[in-house]
Amino acid sequence: MPKRLDIKSILVIGSGPIVIGQAAEFDYAGTQACLSLKEEGYRVILINSNPATIMTDTEIADKVYIEPLSLEFVSRILRKERPDAILPTLGGQTGLNMAIELDNSGILEELHIEILGTKLDAINQAEDRDLFRSLMYELDVPTPESDIIHNIEEAHNFVNRIGYPVIVRPAFTLGGTGGGICNNVQELEEIVASGLKYSPVTQCLLEKSIAGFKEIEYEVMRDSNDNAIVVCNMENVDPVGIHTGDSIVVAPSQTLSDREYHMLRNVSLKIIRALGIEGGCNVQLALDPYSFNYYIIEVNPRVSRSSALASKATGYPIAKLAAKIAIGLNLDEMMNPVTGKTYACFEPALDYVVAKIPRWPFDKFENAKRNLGTQMKATGEVMAMGRNFEEAILKAVRSLETGHQHIEMKYPETLTDEWIEKRIRKAGDERLFFLGEALRRGVTIEQIHEWSAIDLFFLNKFKNIVDYEAVLQAKPYDEEVTRHAKRIGFADATIAKLWNTTDMDVYDFRKKAGIIPVYKMVDTCAAEFESETPYFYGTYEEENESIRSERESVIVLGSGPIRIGQGVEFDYATVHSVWAIQEAGYEAIIINSNPETVSTDFSISDKLYFEPLTIEDVMHIIDLEQPMGVVVQFGGQTAINLADKLEARGVKILGTSLDAIDRAESRDRFEEALHVIGIPQPLGKTAINTKDAVAIAEKIGYPVLVRPSYVLGGRAMEIVYATEELEYYMENAVEASPEHPVLVDRYLTGVEIEVDAICDGTNVCIPGIMEHIERAGVHSGDSIAVYPPQNLSQKHIDTLVDYTTRLAIGLEIKGLMNIQYVISEDEVYVIEVNPRASRTVPFLSKITNIPMANVATKAILGQSIIAQGFPTGLAPIKQGVFVKVPVFSFAKLRRVDTTLGPEMKSTGEVMGKDSTLEKALYKGFVAAGMKIEDHGSVLMTVSDKDKEEAIALARRFTNIGYSILATPGTAKSLAAVGIQAQIVGKIGESSPTLLDVIQNGNAQLVINTITKGKQPARDGFRIRRESVENGVACLTSLDTAEAILRVIESMTFTAEEMPKAEVH
Amino acid sequence: MTTRQLILENGEVFTGQAFGSDNASDGEVVFTTGMTGYQETLSDPSFCGQIVTMTYPLIGNYGMNRDDFETINPAIKGFVVREIAKTPSNFRSQGTVDEFFKAKGIPGIEGVDTRKLTRMIRTEGSVKGYISAAGEEVNVEEVVARLQATVLPTNQVEQVSTKSAYPSPGRGKKVVLIDFGMKHGILRELNKRDCDVVVVPYNATAQEVLAYSPDGIMLSNGPGDPKDVPEAIETIKGLVGQVPIFGICLGHQLFALASGADSFKLKFGHRGANHPVKDLATGRTEITSQNHGYAIDPDSLAKTDLEITHIALNDGTVEGVRHKIHPVFTVQYHPEASPGPEDPNHLFDEFIELMNVHAGKEQK
Repeated sequence: MPKRLDIKSILVIGSGPIVIGQAAEFDYAGTQACLSLKEEGYRVILINSNPATIMTDTEIADKVYIEPLSLEFVSRILRKERPDAILPTLGGQTGLNMAIELDNSGILEELHIEILGTKLDAINQAEDRDLFRSLMYELDVPTPESDIIHNIEEAHNFVNRIGYPVIVRPAFTLGGTGGGICNNVQELEEIVASGLKYSPVTQCLLEKSIAGFKEIEYEVMRDSNDNAIVVCNMENVDPVGIHTGDSIVVAPSQTLSDREYHMLRNVSLKIIRALGIEGGCNVQLALDPYSFNYYIIEVNPRVSRSSALASKATGYPIAKLAAKIAIGLNLDEMMNPVTGKTYACFEPALDYVVAKIPRWPFDKFENAKRNLGTQMKATGEVMAMGRNFEEAILKAVRSLETGHQHIEMKYPETLTDEWIEKRIRKAGDERLFFLGEALRRGVTIEQIHEWSAIDLFFLNKFKNIVDYEAVLQAKPYDEEVTRHAKRIGFADATIAKLWNTTDMDVYDFRKKAGIIPVYKMVDTCAAEFESETPYFYGTYEEENESIRSERESVIVLGSGPIRIGQGVEFDYATVHSVWAIQEAGYEAIIINSNPETVSTDFSISDKLYFEPLTIEDVMHIIDLEQPMGVVVQFGGQTAINLADKLEARGVKILGTSLDAIDRAESRDRFEEALHVIGIPQPLGKTAINTKDAVAIAEKIGYPVLVRPSYVLGGRAMEIVYATEELEYYMENAVEASPEHPVLVDRYLTGVEIEVDAICDGTNVCIPGIMEHIERAGVHSGDSIAVYPPQNLSQKHIDTLVDYTTRLAIGLEIKGLMNIQYVISEDEVYVIEVNPRASRTVPFLSKITNIPMANVATKAILGQSIIAQGFPTGLAPIKQGVFVKVPVFSFAKLRRVDTTLGPEMKSTGEVMGKDSTLEKALYKGFVAAGMKIEDHGSVLMTVSDKDKEEAIALARRFTNIGYSILATPGTAKSLAAVGIQAQIVGKIGESSPTLLDVIQNGNAQLVINTITKGKQPARDGFRIRRESVENGVACLTSLDTAEAILRVIESMTFTAEEMPKAEVH
Repeated sequence: MTTRQLILENGEVFTGQAFGSDNASDGEVVFTTGMTGYQETLSDPSFCGQIVTMTYPLIGNYGMNRDDFETINPAIKGFVVREIAKTPSNFRSQGTVDEFFKAKGIPGIEGVDTRKLTRMIRTEGSVKGYISAAGEEVNVEEVVARLQATVLPTNQVEQVSTKSAYPSPGRGKKVVLIDFGMKHGILRELNKRDCDVVVVPYNATAQEVLAYSPDGIMLSNGPGDPKDVPEAIETIKGLVGQVPIFGICLGHQLFALASGADSFKLKFGHRGANHPVKDLATGRTEITSQNHGYAIDPDSLAKTDLEITHIALNDGTVEGVRHKIHPVFTVQYHPEASPGPEDPNHLFDEFIELMNVHAGKEQK
């Protein structure tokens, strides 16, 4: 069918903030969808609350609304824009749920708005466990024995019938939130309770566990003419039992015979036909390794993380074509954009192996449960391609940036055999590395298979890798051995370790011996048709297909996998840098390893190399492409960390020089520079042992901020208030030494300010200044940032502009920089300078209309800021108030303490914008998923040092009619000033205790400030976790609490009695 | 492992490691893009006389099993892969490709940049090639000169067709299956539908075929150029109009030639499991399994009683025809799949239906 002409405008719903289970893949899908609809001539209106995305750029849609994805706000936009249709299947679960909510509210019917793509009843049928099961029954497709339950009694009944283990899958949640595998009564009760809580319809599926089956996925597409194809099938290395988002996945399937492949293909297509999917869909199946028996696990009737992976794995742009199907085009009417010569109605053939490994946040959250199960915990993922499995998996390992170059643990000698067995039996994030150790210790693959149920095919491949270590070690500098080692993916670093030399030495040896990779094209068709897609991966083969062009080129390094602290905002900056390079007339080449992102869409750059961001892999490409330079400042810490190694190999770093980067990042040199420039910073010194640290702290005065000067597995910053705390920190949290000193700084309480600036060497442009709601001490990424600042005097603004300008010039910044300041006792101090793009770049760019990454890139390439037509100094302040509110994924991570501190914990962010701070904050909180009630109860339990401030807050809460619940101590302080509070018992006291209140939903807000000592056993931790598990907002900063209070105050009228007339 | 080489008539040399038989071998080098189904591929008689390279790099992963053969004795001349699995993993696996090839005397070479080879075939067309004996010291120039002078045999159909007729009994429709190099899959699909099948040699005469009083005739797939089998064309001429006929692949081409159409050689053929074919009647596209180096010239159909029913979506070549008067339809692709997608499997049902309808007409 030709495209529909009866609709003119389409509203696309985005996926909101990045959370675990819903990440950058939807920026990729949404961007593709919007562009592809625009390409067909439709007027596209986009709504998404996430500012850190390419899709919310004003070029991507005709109208972009960065507003909360809530019924209230989306309805308002629908009324205003009156689109003919909405497209909800490209915005993840959030988009789908939003569409369902809109439909239920009746507004779609009222405004005659059609839902494009897969119809809602089909979505319902796929997502509602009951409907889905009956459909499968009708189609004669087997599903594991299961039952829908609505309460714990029903769960017990099911288990009594079927037995353990069983899997709990809450209905309508993303990333399996609240679900898990239960092996006993205790687990059953815990997981069912949490599952019911997280399901918006209080419904869970209990299912017989088929753990150990092969987990196979099919990414399928169907159009309205019933053409249906498989884009890609994928096999999980980890068998059923681990969420596919947390599994190591390969594409295509490796252990399936043609019969098995097509049996599962047939059933996948049968299901999407029966459902009537129009667009993309993901089908997950479990296959018995010992028979043709299979079960259907689930169907996602929308584009997903897996479809992003499948798109990058095959080159086939699923979201783009799904959007076109939604407006009526058929698969056999559309060209395959990769070949440009063949049609989209075909099934990609791969001639390489793809491996995906998830990236987990356990380096940041050491206390988190590292076990993997049906609830996804990864924040991101990496993908790698090779001509064999070993190469793909080892490239993926070194793409992770977790310090692993190989399938080995960092300190293997410390591991007992028992521990290794345990960590292989019970899957966790490091299983792959434990596997390597086990093989190295001579454990047979049969034994490991028994422990893990991982297919012998994969175990054999891991064994090939481990076995070859000995060969390498026995024959250093043997050309044939080295060639083979490189063919099966060994990193230079691994070879160097075995040869007792440096990776640079291995690199040089190889280059001389001509052992260098070639680049093969990802063309969807295994070379059957000529393609011109500039999408390449490296491998050790004969023929190179990546031909250097005549044009001068610039390489941009991407930011690798999404992780806490390095999110989608760096991909945003990377993409803008690429565009700017192209605008400046150069060929833009990108290197990245993250399949979820816009930057790894082959249509973005002139050339895309899907490769690990390690010095070896990057240098190979530089050797081939001979670019005029490399841009490192947009790829977060990933790219910056490569700068010195690149320069050591004679590569030109474009923008801020390596020396200047070092000056900003090295503590001593930075201090020196500040001294020269004449800008104050908080007092501080480096300590190499406990005694030093204590002496420094006593000299500069507590509280002090302590942090290691080097990065070590997430050991982090802390604010300490007393000597014994400092001693505890020095003894337990860090290993200080002369090589690895610890920084001890005066902790200044005050307003924290964040400034981003662009410098071309002479001129400095400051797009905006942001004020943080939370006082210094909370990581800037976890703070609410406000633009423009609401409480700064002109004097301070002038100082900030002056300091920023002087820092940019003095530190010889060329490109972007980000500075954190604190204003304490009327004095501005600089805390930190980051000589690179920061996480606030997209936020500020969108507010101020200064495309910062673009301007910075052009400045790097030699065009002055003035020549580009942008202002120097502080840019004119924009109308309105804009807030950036962080979003956390604590519900997915068990045992993680939610207290905000100097270490970042948020996974994403939303933007709220309106005419006043309160309105903007309201939108921000709503967009972040918080429910703001105009009445209710607030539970307060605060530490002694915060009591005074808390009293003021409590008074304001009571003034607007909130009741206060408090623990005896806090209640006593409140009573002393005449504020009534209902006393609740501490944990372990007589009920109702704090926990009862939280569990029973009797508090709308919890305010809990930390008492010192970080032992998770403490009550505070229980309170905070209990709040997370029960979906109650728990505020650990009084500043955040105050902000919410302001919003509620602005929403309500006061309830104060009339002053009584005095009786005479 | 011993090294061995693949030498092409254009002088290109690929060095790799030997597996399977140590013997040398000549053949036309072709590629197929199916990612699974190597066992069906290497046992597909349509590859008779050809050296097959798989574009997917990991071959042999799930081993060889007793079920998935498409013929008893494979007819391929050699197998070129990036990596052959030494330790397959699948519950049905009974051995490796290497072991099987050793038993059957077929040479294989692994470690080849098969993508480079594929791109070469794509650009230059199918080429003749030589797989050297394991460990052989090859004089490349001599081999190239010999390859260029070699005319590959044209009697592939004779080589792979059954020598004598045999039954595959059932209780349903009586079908005579003319074996031009039949894949077992075709027989299996007919048996699945309870057909009472008699498989006859490629050179059976129309009289011999009709002597079985069939309800329908199945023309099988097979190797090579349809013009090399003139006797079959003659037979088919005598069958059209007698009973319903369903033809697949070479069977399709032979039927078209018998009806007065012409065929031509494709540059590098259609081989793989992902070829979209558009049904002109329904407007729907199916993904099909294909393996052919020749195709019917669409212009030549003008002077025949045939009409095009299916085309390849990508290059527009003829993928299916139907006789305008008689109950005959044929397709260029493989509805029996194995390997490949089973989307067009319904064609066998349509054949049964056609026989039913025709039988009804007869009775009237």
